[in-house]
Amino acid sequence: MRPSSRLLTPTRRLFLQSTAAVTGLAALGSLPAGKAHAANVTVGFIYVGPKDDFGYNQAHAEGAAAVRSIPGVTIIEEENVAETVDVQNTMESMIQFDGASLIFPTSFGYFDPHILTVAQRHPDVRFQHCGGLWSADRHPENVGSYFGYIGMGQYLNGIAAGHATRSKRIGFVAAKPIPQVLLNINSFLLGARSVDPEIICQVIFTGEWSMSVREAEATNALADQGCDVITCHVDGPKVVMETAAARDCFVCGYHADQSALAPEKYLTGAEWNWAQVYTSMVTAHLAGEAIPNFVRGGLADDFIKMSPFGPAVTESAQGQIADTKAKILAGGYAVIQGPLNDNKGNQIAAAGQNFEETDVALESMDYLVEGVIGSIS
Amino acid sequence: MSFLPDGHLSSVAIAMLGGAVRVSTPFLFVSLGECLTEKSGRINLGLEGTLIFGAMSGYAVAFMTGSAWAGVGAAALAGAAFGLVHGLLCSLPRVNDIAIGIALMLFGMGLAFYFGKGFIQPVAPTLPSINLGWWSDSPQLRSALRINALFLLGIVLALGMAWMVRATRIGLIIRTVGDSSDAARALGFRLVLVRVASTSAGGALSGIAGAYLSLYYPGSWNEGISSGQGLMAVALVIFARWNPVGCVWAALLFGAAGALGPALQSVGITQGYYLFFAAPYLLTLGVLIATSSPNRSMSGAPGELSITR
Repeated sequence: MRPSSRLLTPTRRLFLQSTAAVTGLAALGSLPAGKAHAANVTVGFIYVGPKDDFGYNQAHAEGAAAVRSIPGVTIIEEENVAETVDVQNTMESMIQFDGASLIFPTSFGYFDPHILTVAQRHPDVRFQHCGGLWSADRHPENVGSYFGYIGMGQYLNGIAAGHATRSKRIGFVAAKPIPQVLLNINSFLLGARSVDPEIICQVIFTGEWSMSVREAEATNALADQGCDVITCHVDGPKVVMETAAARDCFVCGYHADQSALAPEKYLTGAEWNWAQVYTSMVTAHLAGEAIPNFVRGGLADDFIKMSPFGPAVTESAQGQIADTKAKILAGGYAVIQGPLNDNKGNQIAAAGQNFEETDVALESMDYLVEGVIGSIS
Repeated sequence: MSFLPDGHLSSVAIAMLGGAVRVSTPFLFVSLGECLTEKSGRINLGLEGTLIFGAMSGYAVAFMTGSAWAGVGAAALAGAAFGLVHGLLCSLPRVNDIAIGIALMLFGMGLAFYFGKGFIQPVAPTLPSINLGWWSDSPQLRSALRINALFLLGIVLALGMAWMVRATRIGLIIRTVGDSSDAARALGFRLVLVRVASTSAGGALSGIAGAYLSLYYPGSWNEGISSGQGLMAVALVIFARWNPVGCVWAALLFGAAGALGPALQSVGITQGYYLFFAAPYLLTLGVLIATSSPNRSMSGAPGELSITR
């Protein structure tokens, strides 16, 4: 479908690399040493879907838009890039034709093998991957990972849901059972259980990051089972929000602010705040400083934020959310607190064992906690 | 289904009924469109592109005019235009209708994504639904029986098309043109006109299928709105043996199969959901295998179809 990008055969790529190298050397010769980074830099952003999807990609694109206003920075963007060799071609083209020296391939599935392959070919280009898979002993130095503790946002969503539910059943439409999604599901339930320990959470996996009809079917199936508060982790939450509100369910947002889609039913939402994160990374890159390989942050670091409360959130719910938020902001808050079992009865945390917000162990989560109805395989 | 816990069987059954009604309408319209086109002896593989363009144009017009039915009309017009282009191009000498179909599919998708950029964010009005579940006090059943007018229109259309093909002069002309060009020529029928008109009408139906997706269920325009309904229509028509009434059953079956995955997960059958999600596609594959044979042509297939010749 994209014949032009397939033209980059190895020989042609080598030719382009050598010409780029020659031009690069010539440019270096004409510049005073050490000023290489003070000149204009080009930053590439790659999205897996459309950048106005009310969700994941929109959140990143809003971050990219904030970077655009930094003097000396040119940004280039490409949307709808599949998690296949397509993204390798996009990265090659951003490097070789546009001269990008910093690239943000924002989708989880871009990392292995695509970013790793291209990063080895271009040791002088910096790749920042969103999702958290980089480890110092296995991956190249010019690759970094960044992510936010958005599970905390889903925990606060869960508190709002716990106060709003009448049926004590809440629902979660999830795309794929990767650690970040599982942490969000578990956090949503545990937040609700901090209000009422009898609440259960039904999860339905759609198997795709974006598949409208199946997301609508999943939302209807949850409503059919009596779930009366629904949230999701898919790339574009628009369909889930609208379908759930039409079935008279409350909704909690994710990725971006979706309150406009269901003004009466929207409780609150866990949103990314990439503008702040991208601005600091690009500013460091522009100044010639190294970006740390492993960047994480939560509510306290302005990586994530909560949507304003909807009209259905009660005073007591707002109070509990504010209290919990203050504890999270103070640092060291643990959503996964022992004793806790997974939903198959295996112990995941002994009494007194807490996994704090920043615990790296949470990034390889492979379980759903007790009270979640669902299976990861 | 003895592996289902008590009470869950009816729950899954209701969910599949609801899914069949909600999800089948686009399958129904696009397969009726393909059926009509194939009856005239052409195959249009580009209906996926027509459907997506219909979804986009329907949503855009509904948003701009504030009327969802205006959107449906615009989608039908856009679909008819795509059908017309396919029909006219295929009327040129030595042009392969399958290749043109695939080219038009890619063209339709690209065009829809290009013009659709600005319409992902806005919220367009949606089509109203008719509540046929008022008698029930189960919210599940009430929701399953909330039926869109287009679904009923589709069924009426299928019955009407079946009658037209069987009992009217127009139907006889279309069938003759589709079964044997030589006979049609000998009878003095205008081959090209009949085929272009049939393809165009089929395109209009596919456009409506797209409008149903973007204006009713799931009721939103985005680039992942279709899950291959336009492509699966070709298999559906074979499954239905080129019989419009058969298309209704095929569409309902495919709709119910699509609802199986979420419904099973919601009652706690959570293992192996990837397999359940593949149900509609496995069904397509099964249909194609079951109906293919190296020795005989498919019963009911129009004789002029390039896939069966």
